[in-house]
Amino acid sequence: MTGHRFLLAGTTLAAMPSGALWWADHALLAVSDLHLGRSDRIARRGGTLLPPYEVAETLTRLDADISRTSARVVLCLGDSFDDLAAAELSEDHRLWLTRLMAGRRWIWIEGNHDPGPVDLPGEHLRDLTLGPLVFRHVAEPAARGEISGHYHPKARIAGAFRPAFLIDAARVILPAYGAFTGGMEATRPPLCHLMMPGAIAWLTGPTPCALPLKGR
Amino acid sequence: MRALPAPFSDWFSRRGWQVHPHQQAMLDRAQAPALLLVAPTGGGKTLAGFLPTLTELADGSHKGLHTLYISPLKALAADIRRNLSTPVCEMKLPIRIEDRTGDTSHARRQRQRADPPHILLTTPESLALLLSYEDAPRIFAGLSRVIVDEIHALAESKRGDQLMLCLARLARLAPGLRRVGLSATVEDPAAIARFLARNPEPCEILHADPGPDPDIAMLTTEEPPPWAGGGGRYAIPAILDEIRRHRTTLVFHNTRAQAEIFFHHLWLANEDALPIGIHHGSLSRETRERVEAAMARGELRAIVCTGSLDLGIDWGDVDLVIQVGAPKNVKRLVQRIGRANHRYNAPSKALLVPANRFEVIECQAALQAVREHDLDGEPRGPGPLDVLCQHILVAACSAPFDADDLFAEVTTAGPYAALARADFDACLDFCATGGYALRAYDRWQRLMQRDGLWSLRDPRSARAIRMNIGTITDAGLLKVRLANRMGGQPLGEVEESFAATLTPGDTFLIGGQVVRYEGLRELTVEVSRAAGREPKVAVFSGTKFSTSTRLTERILAILREPSWPDLPDHTADWLALQRKMSRLPRHDRILVESFPAEGREHLCVYGFAGRNAQQTLGLLLTQRMEATGLHPLGFVATDYATLIWGLNPVTDPAALFDRTALSQGIETWLQGNAVMKRTFRGVALIAGLIERNHPGQRKSGRQASFSSDILYDTLRRHDPGHLMLRVTRQEAMRGLVDFGRIEAMLDRAGGRIDHLRLARVSPLAAPLLLEHGRIPVEGAGRERLIAETAARLMAEAGLG
Repeated sequence: MTGHRFLLAGTTLAAMPSGALWWADHALLAVSDLHLGRSDRIARRGGTLLPPYEVAETLTRLDADISRTSARVVLCLGDSFDDLAAAELSEDHRLWLTRLMAGRRWIWIEGNHDPGPVDLPGEHLRDLTLGPLVFRHVAEPAARGEISGHYHPKARIAGAFRPAFLIDAARVILPAYGAFTGGMEATRPPLCHLMMPGAIAWLTGPTPCALPLKGR
Repeated sequence: MRALPAPFSDWFSRRGWQVHPHQQAMLDRAQAPALLLVAPTGGGKTLAGFLPTLTELADGSHKGLHTLYISPLKALAADIRRNLSTPVCEMKLPIRIEDRTGDTSHARRQRQRADPPHILLTTPESLALLLSYEDAPRIFAGLSRVIVDEIHALAESKRGDQLMLCLARLARLAPGLRRVGLSATVEDPAAIARFLARNPEPCEILHADPGPDPDIAMLTTEEPPPWAGGGGRYAIPAILDEIRRHRTTLVFHNTRAQAEIFFHHLWLANEDALPIGIHHGSLSRETRERVEAAMARGELRAIVCTGSLDLGIDWGDVDLVIQVGAPKNVKRLVQRIGRANHRYNAPSKALLVPANRFEVIECQAALQAVREHDLDGEPRGPGPLDVLCQHILVAACSAPFDADDLFAEVTTAGPYAALARADFDACLDFCATGGYALRAYDRWQRLMQRDGLWSLRDPRSARAIRMNIGTITDAGLLKVRLANRMGGQPLGEVEESFAATLTPGDTFLIGGQVVRYEGLRELTVEVSRAAGREPKVAVFSGTKFSTSTRLTERILAILREPSWPDLPDHTADWLALQRKMSRLPRHDRILVESFPAEGREHLCVYGFAGRNAQQTLGLLLTQRMEATGLHPLGFVATDYATLIWGLNPVTDPAALFDRTALSQGIETWLQGNAVMKRTFRGVALIAGLIERNHPGQRKSGRQASFSSDILYDTLRRHDPGHLMLRVTRQEAMRGLVDFGRIEAMLDRAGGRIDHLRLARVSPLAAPLLLEHGRIPVEGAGRERLIAETAARLMAEAGLG
């Protein structure tokens, strides 16, 4: 298992270059902000017709992460769908997801884009507490041992932007996992205010690496 | 010959003016369906264009819009309105003249639609927007003339292609519409005429008296120009002398960054505190307008500028033009020279300042070309399909259309005269369904066919389409402001890629001042003043032009001469030494030198293919060298040569130039290339695949959109035959990649490759060792850079 191992609330977690988070003790794979059905939603609203391959791209990566880790639990940390109508996936994609869900626990945490249960199997929760950790979509400033998503953090190095995990002693904020997602620079408010001194950004991509978050 | 009506002849004689022969000719041929007037700057070109309109409108019987005037610059439209108002008022003509640009207020624009003036002055983008409205047929019903000013400039870009599509539409709304093009001196007026005319109708070309030949020379300085680099700093004392000797001098540079650096040093050397300003496209509108106003009032002795002053506005009393750096293109040089003595029948005065030793030869070649009236230009190829896609979407905003009708209309536009029906259909399909191999949008098509006519599925999408009209896609510019509580004074713009290289504390030049980078806030670069410090950089690039093919041929002809009495001694001696130590490059062969220098093996390829092509050649050759274990480490390219360095000597360079292998190389290389991604972004923006502006866009720091690179990569993986990739490839091959000139180089050499093994660097190659812009060859170069930088930063922060 390559990736960046770190401690949060006494538990060992690993950030993966794909943008997923791995909790080995529970064989739990967490991914955030898949935004499935994004191009479909933009088209439905009379916008531009983006390449309709983003669901397949995202599911391909998720599929690979699940088989690589043999995850027993998959947790989608909100904004899994670009809106509730986008959750009506095509038959192919629905079958694909169903196959991924087979034989493991699957948890949908709700996000601001998908604020309610969608018509798919799995557990639908507002948030989840598991051992010393709490999983929710949007970070709460006072929380400890918290794992969240929502902000699509990214960080810049050597002229390139990469989606990034933001990690400090109290929390982890996950990068967006979906293919067609933008990002927010980790140095901007409110992101920078959420993180404590000593926080790092762990950049995903072909050359994963850690950067100090403050003082840059 | 048509006599001028009484009020006009009186007005001319009151001013002591005579009608120029070309103005008379325009009047005589006023009924021609299309006319192109080629006239030098200051030849009364605009009045020649408007005289037929003014005489036709003089009796007050015409109702509604009569003449549409299109200019590439907003400022020019406003300027012409003021200039035309003078004769109209003095002759008490019943003519209403208004301009309409992005700067015109909403209320005024509404009123212009309801009640159009007789003469409307506008830009291609504002015209396209007007044509997108449902009431376009009513607005343009009585239109009888359209005047396209500076058509030579528009014809070089997609703005011109869009404009010609709009004229095709106008011709349909207003049958009998007459077209007039006003052009500066160009090498191929017939091409511009075909561009302008309604295909297949003819277009007559009128030539005004070109006036006396310019008084043009190379500036000689005590200090010879440096061996390499650009900017012309060495010539500052001599240039200041010239500024002192003239009323107003324009000092042209080829890039914005060079203009900034030059201005900075000119100012430091300006002991007499001569009033000197700077003007270029990256400065804020406020800053530019201040300089323009000061110039019009005659308060400035010199303006350091770039192409932003190439076009038409009549500023003050310029009596000298100085071109710093080789002009790269003779046509543009001639147009720039025309900025001096903006009066008819007075010779323009100009000085060329070579920025380095090689440019001395290039300036000499340019001087010859100007004297022989030998202009250059690369043909532009057919109208691009991304512009057509936008035109189809805009057409759908105005009214449902029949595909056959629209195709027939589009092919009356000069640039699209040879458009294949299959390409048109592909564009229509792209607009309607996205044109993907995976037919995903059957339910959510953008355009739907109902009763045989194509229209917007969701009429509300018209708003977003209108907000994104236009073909100018200056990639990601960020505003620069002084940081303070009030939001700060705007200074100008820099490219996003430049801003991304800055860390707080870095200093750079903008608007002639050194500023310190403080940080990025929203989409604004915040800076503070950093007085008197040497700037770190100013590489917000502006385009780097390649030397034109024609000028290159002249340079090669000069190199063939037995001796060089016309060149300064330092340059003639340099060439003679090259001939003795090695050889001089020739038009019909490729010279390749190899030699050790600075502990590395070097290979110098004199291709004379222009900077972009030499750069591409460097990438391709190093790729092949890498594959054959020659361990190249890096290369640098100029307009005339590529210098490659590495660990092992090249013994058989001819093998590197295998044509099939080079062509295959470019296919692989193009895939992941940054040039392609940049080109794709422009194409996708114009064709409407991505939007620059969106109704109700939030101004939060959260980026609603995502990088176009993601779309590019997705398309390449899933849909490699997609229209957008096809258009991107065509454009990159012509533009930044310039593979066409590599092929032309191989053709003219016909396999004759001369390899000279030298004991040390040759005189001609030596300047290349000093050249900026060295490109490292490391397959995983960027990734390695990332890993090293991260490790360093973590260690510095004590987190490593």
